[in-house]
Amino acid sequence: MAVNRRADAVVIGGGVVGASIAYHLARRGFGRIALVERSYLASGSTGRCGAGVRQQWGTRLNCLLARESVRMFERMEDELGYDRSIEFKQGGYLLLAYTDREMNQFVKNVELEQSLGIPASLLTPAEARAIVPMLNAGDVLCATYCPTDGHANPFHVTYAYVGAARRLGVEVMTFTEVKGIVVENGRVARVVCDRGVIDTGVVVNAAGPYSGLVARMAGVEIPFWAERHQILVTEPVEPVLRPMVMSFSRRIYCQQTPHGSFIMGMADPNEQPGFSTESSWKFLVEMAREITRVLPPVGDLKVVRQWAGLYDMTPDAHPILGATPVEGFYLACGFSGHGFMLAPVTGRLISEIICDEKPSIDITGLDLGRFERGELVVEPSVV
Amino acid sequence: MACTKAEEAPGGGAAARNPVVICRCEDITLDEVRDLIASGYTTMDEIKRITRCGMGPCQGRTCRQLVLAEIAKATGKDMANISPPRFRPPAKPVRLGGAVAAAAPDVERGEGDGRE
Ligand SMILES: Cc1cc2nc3c(=O)[nH]c(=O)nc-3n(C[C@H](O)[C@H](O)[C@H](O)COP(=O)(O)OP(=O)(O)OC[C@H]3O[C@@H](n4cnc5c(N)ncnc54)[C@H](O)[C@@H]3O)c2cc1C
Repeated sequence: MAVNRRADAVVIGGGVVGASIAYHLARRGFGRIALVERSYLASGSTGRCGAGVRQQWGTRLNCLLARESVRMFERMEDELGYDRSIEFKQGGYLLLAYTDREMNQFVKNVELEQSLGIPASLLTPAEARAIVPMLNAGDVLCATYCPTDGHANPFHVTYAYVGAARRLGVEVMTFTEVKGIVVENGRVARVVCDRGVIDTGVVVNAAGPYSGLVARMAGVEIPFWAERHQILVTEPVEPVLRPMVMSFSRRIYCQQTPHGSFIMGMADPNEQPGFSTESSWKFLVEMAREITRVLPPVGDLKVVRQWAGLYDMTPDAHPILGATPVEGFYLACGFSGHGFMLAPVTGRLISEIICDEKPSIDITGLDLGRFERGELVVEPSVV
Repeated sequence: MACTKAEEAPGGGAAARNPVVICRCEDITLDEVRDLIASGYTTMDEIKRITRCGMGPCQGRTCRQLVLAEIAKATGKDMANISPPRFRPPAKPVRLGGAVAAAAPDVERGEGDGRE
C-alpha cells in the first residue's frame, strides 16, 4: 500500500474514536481522508474495553453526549450498512449506592438526567433486586436504573465505521505509525509516518492513551495521562443478567454479553500512570472478591481470559475536544474511561468543527483552553 | 466481500458450504474464516475479534495454527511472519469463587455465602 502524498485530513488512531471521525468527515464530503493506525484496527483501548454505554452521568455535558450517542448506536447498523451485528444490547445500567455520599449524588444525578429526557429513575434495594434477582441487596442503600443504557461490541462498532468510511473513499492505513507532525507558521503542514510523508492541512489526534505523545509532536502540551485498567471474561452461560451492574464506591462493573459470557472490570485506586498492559493475579482475586459479594452466583462462573487496557485520563474526567493553538490540529482524546460510548457523537462533533459548522451540541467547555482558564467540568460518577 | 460469497450458496451460509469446524469452543467454520480473509481481515487478531475464534476456554490452542495457515495461504506470507495473538491468563479457566478462596482462605472463610 503506497502512502498518500497529500490528504485533506489525516486522522491519527484506528480505534473507535478515529474510525468515527474518519467516517463522519467523509460523510460531510471533506475530501481525501487518511486514517492512520500503527497496528491493526481496534488494537488499542477500544479492543480492550468494557464497551458499556450509559447515560447516567453527573454533568450535563456527559449526559447530553451520551444521550446522543445512544440514539446513534440504535441506528448504527442501518446508517453504516454493516452486514454483521454491532451487538448493541439495551439491557439498562443498574448503579448501586453503598454510602450516603453516593446516595446524595444519585439523587442529584437522576434529577439532572430526567430534566434532559433520560429515562433514569431512583430505585429501592428491593426494586433493584426485581431487575437483577441475583443481586445481594443487603448493604445496598439505593440504586438508579436507566433502561435504554447498554453495551455493544467494540470490534464490530469500529469495523462498521471503518467499512463505511472505506466505501466513502477514506484510505485506511494500518501498520503505519506517525512519527512526527510538521508545523509551519503555526499551521499543520505534514504528517511524517514510518512509511512515508503525508502533506495535509488538518490533523486529528485520536491516538487514545498515546494522544499526549502525539500532541507533543505538534508542540501542543495537554494535561493527560494513561492508566492501566484490568478486565476479565468468563465462559458463556444462558442469559441471566440483563443490565450492566456498576458501583462507584466498589469501583466495579459487570455485564453479560449477548454471547453469554460475563465481562467485568475493577479500578485500582493505587494504579500509577503508565503504559503497562500486564494482567495481574491481584486483580483477579480482588475482582472475584467484590463481584461474589455483589452478585454471589457469579462465583460459579469460570474465568477464561483476563487482560488490561489503558484509560486516557484528564484532570476532570471529561474528554478534550476541538481546536488547539496550532491551526489545523484538533484533539479528540482524554475520554477517561468512557470513550467507547462517546465515540459516535464525538465523530460527528469533530467533523462539524473541522467543517466550520456550528456543533450540534455546544462543547466549547470541553476545549483544551479550559485547563488554563481553570474551568474544569468535574464528573463525580466514574469507575 | 462476505455477502457476495454467501449469495453463491443461497439459503446456506458458511456452514452449509463447508462445515469444517476449526474452532471447537466457539463453533467457527473454515469457510467463515476464509470469507473474512477474502474481505480483507488478514490478521489473526482481527479474525479472533470478529468471530471469537480462539477466545473460548482453550484460548486457541487448536485453531490459531489453522487460522495462521489460512492467512499464510491467502496472503502468500510466510507463517513465521504473521503475528499470532497473545495467550492471556489464566492458562486454564478458574472459577471466580475459587479465586477468592485460594487467595485468602483465612479472611474469606465463614464470610459471605459459604461458597468453597
Ligand atoms: C478495561 C477498560 C474498560 C473500559 N470500559 C469502557 C466502557 O465500558 N465504556 C466506554 O465507553 N469506554 C470504556 N473504556 C474506555 C475506552 O476503551 C476508550 O475511551 C476508547 O476506546 C478510546 O478510543 P480511542 O479510539 O480514542 O483510543 P484507542 O482505541 O486506544 O485508539 C487509539 C489508536 O491510536 C493508535 N496510535 C497511537 N499512537 C499512534 C501513532 N503514533 N501512530 C499511529 N497510530 C497510533 C493506537 O495503536 C490505537 O489503536 C474502557 C477502557 C478500558 C481500558
